[in-house]
Amino acid sequence: MQPNVISLVSIGRHPQSGRARRSEQDGRALELGLKLSGSHLQVAHAGAYDSTFSGSAEETVLRQYAGMGLKQMTVLKQSSDADVIPSLSHYLESQSAQVVLLGVRAESGESSGMVPYLLAESLGWPIVSRVADIVSIENGEAEVLLALPRGQRRSVTVTLPFIATVDNAAPEPRQTAYGPGQRAQFNAVDTPEVLDELRINWVEAPAKPRPKRLKVIKAKTAAERFKAATAKAQGGSGKVMKNESAQEKAQAIFDLLIEEKVIR
Amino acid sequence: MIFDWLPSVLIAIVLMLAVVGAVRRISLWRAGQPSPVNIISGLMAMPKRYLHDLHHVVERDKYMSRTHVATGGGFVLAMFLVLCVHLFGVDSKLLAWALLASLVMMFTGAIFVFKRRRNPPSRLSKGPWMRLPKSLMTFAVTFFVLTLPAAGILPDGTGNVLLTLVLSALILVSLGEMLFGMTWGGPMKHAFAGALHLAFHRRQERFGGGRSTGLKPADLGVEVHGVSKPTDFKWNQLLGFDACVQCGRCEAMCPAFAAGQPLNPKKLIQDMVVGLAGGTDANYAGSHYPDPQGKGREPGSAKGSPTEVITAGLVDAETLWSCTTCRACVEECPMMIEHVDAIVDMRRFLTMEKGETPNKGAEVLDNIIATDNPNGYAPGSRTNWAADQNLNVMRDVKKAEVLFWVSDGAFDMRSQRILRSFVKLLKAANVDVAILGDEERDSGDVARRLGDDATFQNLAKRNLQTLSQYEFKTIVTTDPHAFHCLRNEYGDFGSDALDNVEVLHHTTYLNRLVQDGKLKLDTFKGGTVTYHDPCYLGRYNGEYEAPRELLRSMGIEVAEMERSGFRSRCCGGGGGAPITDIPGEKRIADMRVEDAKETQADLIAVGCQQCTAMLEGVVEPRPEIRDIAEILVDQLIEEVH
Ligand code: SF4
Ligand code: SF4
Ligand code: SF4
Repeated sequence: MQPNVISLVSIGRHPQSGRARRSEQDGRALELGLKLSGSHLQVAHAGAYDSTFSGSAEETVLRQYAGMGLKQMTVLKQSSDADVIPSLSHYLESQSAQVVLLGVRAESGESSGMVPYLLAESLGWPIVSRVADIVSIENGEAEVLLALPRGQRRSVTVTLPFIATVDNAAPEPRQTAYGPGQRAQFNAVDTPEVLDELRINWVEAPAKPRPKRLKVIKAKTAAERFKAATAKAQGGSGKVMKNESAQEKAQAIFDLLIEEKVIR
Repeated sequence: MIFDWLPSVLIAIVLMLAVVGAVRRISLWRAGQPSPVNIISGLMAMPKRYLHDLHHVVERDKYMSRTHVATGGGFVLAMFLVLCVHLFGVDSKLLAWALLASLVMMFTGAIFVFKRRRNPPSRLSKGPWMRLPKSLMTFAVTFFVLTLPAAGILPDGTGNVLLTLVLSALILVSLGEMLFGMTWGGPMKHAFAGALHLAFHRRQERFGGGRSTGLKPADLGVEVHGVSKPTDFKWNQLLGFDACVQCGRCEAMCPAFAAGQPLNPKKLIQDMVVGLAGGTDANYAGSHYPDPQGKGREPGSAKGSPTEVITAGLVDAETLWSCTTCRACVEECPMMIEHVDAIVDMRRFLTMEKGETPNKGAEVLDNIIATDNPNGYAPGSRTNWAADQNLNVMRDVKKAEVLFWVSDGAFDMRSQRILRSFVKLLKAANVDVAILGDEERDSGDVARRLGDDATFQNLAKRNLQTLSQYEFKTIVTTDPHAFHCLRNEYGDFGSDALDNVEVLHHTTYLNRLVQDGKLKLDTFKGGTVTYHDPCYLGRYNGEYEAPRELLRSMGIEVAEMERSGFRSRCCGGGGGAPITDIPGEKRIADMRVEDAKETQADLIAVGCQQCTAMLEGVVEPRPEIRDIAEILVDQLIEEVH
């Protein structure tokens, strides 16, 4: 049976021009969704859909997603200061979604990377983060490859339904084609709208570049330098605890939090 | 003669069949999209276009042009007279003698066709084309004998049954080729379709020495963008394909073919004919597409029909993406066929409908859309190159004598050297110049040639909108590709921003400054110099002279390459070819540098930053490569105030 896959997409932001674009990770979420269920894939976006939508930058971007080969796309109508979590979780539940794919974090807005976690919490579903690929979905279980630093992968299985955030290590989104994008239909859907109380009181200001700590390169050989340049951040002093008791594991985490001054 | 009614009956039958074929063929063309033409004036202008425009191209091969005048002219005249004398039975010695004379002329021409066909160069198609000289001769001889009685040389009724039967058989054979074949797809089809193509050409401006090189805008927001199947072409494009004589001049000129990339413009046009008529390429008897990957596509395996998607079995996408849009084929084609239009039309389908631009294509297009430059640099850093140049920006000054269109070379360190040289020359000549600064955007050249006309049109409109805010008399640019867009393609978008504005390439403008004595130049002493004509300056815009005159003004005697001027060989940098990067056996840029080495040049002068990049990418040892602006700046005598 075809699993019911839904990809969620947001409006991206080009790092150089600041212009709206197809977000890199959401594009990958869409690509992965197309791989999993082809033309059965559902794609949704929560955002503004009013009289100003036609011809807007948002429409252009959504049509870029659609240009990857979608006949239609769902727009959950939300005003710009709404909290999209209730709307999204209502929609996902109503569609009996089984696999929900989305980028790790948005390129615009708060860009906190919290949406997938808040969704998982509100739906009570498991979340797998930084997925590189979904290998198979069988008997209510999915085999998922997680992306680790330096091209490593970890294979995990997760029961449906679940939420997966898609890492940059996932296959690149295919090229968007203008014609199909222009012809795609938007289905606007009314969903509960909840004002984001916290956020409306925020004041936004352009970020100032923070002073950077100078990187002391200790590498002696070219291979080491290459490693230093390409490695993702990783604690050198970490250790893997597998056989210890839960008590010991918890203690180790607790000690670390105190050591890093996260709790006092 | 017992059967003396037989020849005229045969002529009448073949003629009827030919008319049926013509109607059928015309209906094949009419399956294409509408494209308005003026039928009457087109037909009236046809003979002049044949004698002037077509022959202008054929003239480049003196042997062939004389041969064709004799054979073709002789045939047309003879055919007309055959109808008068043998079908309508006009009884006139004068006509009969005229017929004899034209047949002699035709026969003489046919002998030369025969000679060429004895050892044909590889660019010519073989197959049915090999029997054509024989058919021509048969025609001439048969009707010569048949006309002798009418001319009074032989008494009426000469000959016996046998002779009449033999002559009748020969009439069938030769008229079968000349009339029936003309409309049923034989080699003589070129005369029928070619004549009508001259009358109804999609670019009428090309006749009478004109130039029409800008691509036509794609219709946006339609069911299918670009050309997916043969009937998506305009009807007169289909007609144009049918006019091909398979002379292979385009093949001989095509840089992609020479580099062993899977493109042969002649085969491409023949494949279009297969598409419009339906069938396979089994009967094609010319060179095929080179096959560097060893895919081993069998002749006959290319299938198509008017309503089938071209890239699904008739032509491989790589063939379309190998083209550098250099227009060498179009320039050389005696039938004035528009290969580049067709190629870009089909690319539009691949990009805008299928999203299948190969290699870096998708990334470049995404960058252009999001940052207005192909490499995705911050738009706000476009003017960084000019930080020390003290240049006026239009936003501040609002008007200037000259607007310098910088182009995307602004982001490239090598190209910036050309830009700086040009600015220095402008300043030395005290030109009132300004730039658009960060308000300038990519011209859209690459997007358009990659088939993304939506993005091109969007950029063009936004650039025009910016330009319309300011006042200037002249736009000058160092980039022939941007030059071509601004000059020949921006006019289609209903803006008056460029009305009464002269768009110039920097070599043209600098040449004016030098001729007006505004720049004083020293003599160049750097050895032998050759000049590479950029396609988008030369073939696209007809500017061959200004760069050479500039070089002469520094005392440089250009050591011309064998392929220069309108026959210049492309550097491989156009049409997005470096982006789609279709593998071949050689690189086009290497071949071009080889051309230059044959002249013993120490320096290749160019007039294009893209050519500079392509040619400099060739491994040393090779001649040095510099833009004319850079050469000029070194010879500039600066006046001390
Ligand atoms: S396209 Fe033109 S140049 Fe090429 S073979 Fe045909 S007639 Fe000759
Ligand atoms: S434009 Fe140039 S590269 Fe393209 S087919 Fe013609 S000759 Fe070949
Ligand atoms: S870079 Fe120069 S030679 Fe190459 S295609 Fe462009 S104009 Fe022609």
